[in-house]
Amino acid sequence: MNFDFSLVTDSIPKMLVGVGLTFQLMFLSAIIGLVLAVVLLLMRLSGKWYLGWPAQVFIYVFRGTPILVQIFIIYYGLPQFEAVRDSIFWPILREPFGSAVLALSLNTGAYVSEILRGGVLGVDRGVLEAAKALGLSARQKFIYITAPIATRLAIPAYSNDFISLMKATSLASTITLMDMTGIARTIVAKTFAPYEIFISLAIIYMIFTFIIQKAFGRFERYMSKYVNP
Amino acid sequence: MTNTDTTPLIQLQNVNKFFGSFQALKNISLEVRKGEKIVVCGPSGSGKSTMIRCINRLESHNGGHIFIGGKELTDQVKDINAIRREVGMVFQSFNLFPHMTIIKNLMLAQQLVRKINKPEARETAMHYLERVKIPDQADKYPVQLSGGQQQRVAIARALCMKPEIMLFDEPTSALDPEMISEVLEVMTGLAKDGMTMIVVTHEMGFARSVADRVLFMDEGEIVEEADPETFFKHPKNERTKKFLSQILTH
Repeated sequence: MNFDFSLVTDSIPKMLVGVGLTFQLMFLSAIIGLVLAVVLLLMRLSGKWYLGWPAQVFIYVFRGTPILVQIFIIYYGLPQFEAVRDSIFWPILREPFGSAVLALSLNTGAYVSEILRGGVLGVDRGVLEAAKALGLSARQKFIYITAPIATRLAIPAYSNDFISLMKATSLASTITLMDMTGIARTIVAKTFAPYEIFISLAIIYMIFTFIIQKAFGRFERYMSKYVNP
Repeated sequence: MTNTDTTPLIQLQNVNKFFGSFQALKNISLEVRKGEKIVVCGPSGSGKSTMIRCINRLESHNGGHIFIGGKELTDQVKDINAIRREVGMVFQSFNLFPHMTIIKNLMLAQQLVRKINKPEARETAMHYLERVKIPDQADKYPVQLSGGQQQRVAIARALCMKPEIMLFDEPTSALDPEMISEVLEVMTGLAKDGMTMIVVTHEMGFARSVADRVLFMDEGEIVEEADPETFFKHPKNERTKKFLSQILTH
C-alpha cells in the first residue's frame, strides 16, 4: 500500500484544532478528579466506617468498569431519569462535554485516591511518631508531615495516571465531541485513509505524553530536592 | 541523687501493657523525681522501649496508672498533647522530618504547638543547635548529615520544646561506633544541667557516669533496680548477672 504523506501534513493542522477541547477535558477532569481523590482519601483515612465504606465502594465501582462504559452510562443512561432532567445538574449532564468531564473526573478521582493512599502509607512511621511526640495534633501531622512526603512519593504513579487521563479524553469522541480524535474520525470518514490519519493522531498524543512526562519529571526533582540535595 | 522535690515527676503504678495476648509490661512500678537520671537496660523484647513509649503515650497502657507531674495519662487528647509538650523523646532512628531543613525541623513544633512566633522560634532553634555543636548545618536537609549529627539535631529538636523530661530510646544503637561518643557527650551535658532523663541504652559507661539509678528489665518486668555502683559490682538477680556478663565481655 502507499503511505500518503500529504495526507499527514494536511490532517495534522486540522486535528490540532481539537487540541483545545482535548486540553479542556484533560485539565478540568484532572483538577476535579484530584479534589475528589483527596476527599475520598480523607474519607478512607478517617477511620470511620460510614465514611470509609462509601469511599471504598465508589473506588471499586469506578476502577472496576471501563471508562467508555461509564461515559455511555452518564451520557445515555442518566437522562432516562426524570429526577436527573429536573435537577440543577441537567445543564451539565445534557451536554456531551459535561458528561465526558464528569465521567473522566470520577474515574481519575477513584484511581488517584488510591495513588495518594499509597503515598500516605509510604510515609515513615517513625517520623510520624516523632511529630506526635512533639505534641502535633493529628491534623497538624497530616498537613505538615504526611501530605508533603506522601505527595512526593505519589508523583511517579500520578504522572502515569495523568497520561492515562490524557489518552482517555479521546473516548469523548464517542459521544460526538470534536476533540483531536473526533476530528480524526471525521477526516477518516471523508478520506478513507485510516492508516495515515490515525498514525498522525498517535504521534500527536505521543508528543503530549512526552511533554507531560518531562513536566512531571521536573516537578518530581523539585519535590525531591531534600532527598538528593 | 538530687532530692529537690519530694513528689515524683513520673509515677508508674502497676502498669500493664498487652500486644494481643503478649504481655509486654507486667506490673511495672517506677518513680522518677525531678532531676533524676534513670538508665534502663535489658535484652531486646524485655519491654524497655514499651515502657518509655507509654510514658508519652506513643503506646497506651492497658492497666495501672501513669502520672506525669501529678497528672494522670488518660485517653483525653488535650491532656495527652499537654503532657507530650513536657516530655521530649529521642528515637533510635532519629526520625527527623526528611522534607525540612534542620532549622525548620527545630522550629516546626515550637510554632505549631507552643505558638511561638517565627523569629523567636528561630532564635531558640539556633541556641540549641549551638548547644549540640552544629549551628553550621542549620540550612541543610537531614539526609546531608551523618547519623551522629542527625541524632544531635533530634535531641536539639526535643529540647526546643523546653521539656521537663527527656526520654531516650536507644539513642546510639543505630550509630556507627565513631559517632556514639558525640551523642553521649551531648546527653551527659544535658544530665549535668539537671534534666530529668530516662535513657534506654546499653552504653554501660554512660550508665556508670551519669545514672542515679540503673534498671534491668527482662520479660516485661523490672528485675533489678540499683545505683550504678551496686548494679555493676554486686548485681543480685541471676538474670542481671547473666545479662551483664554477656554485654560486658564483648
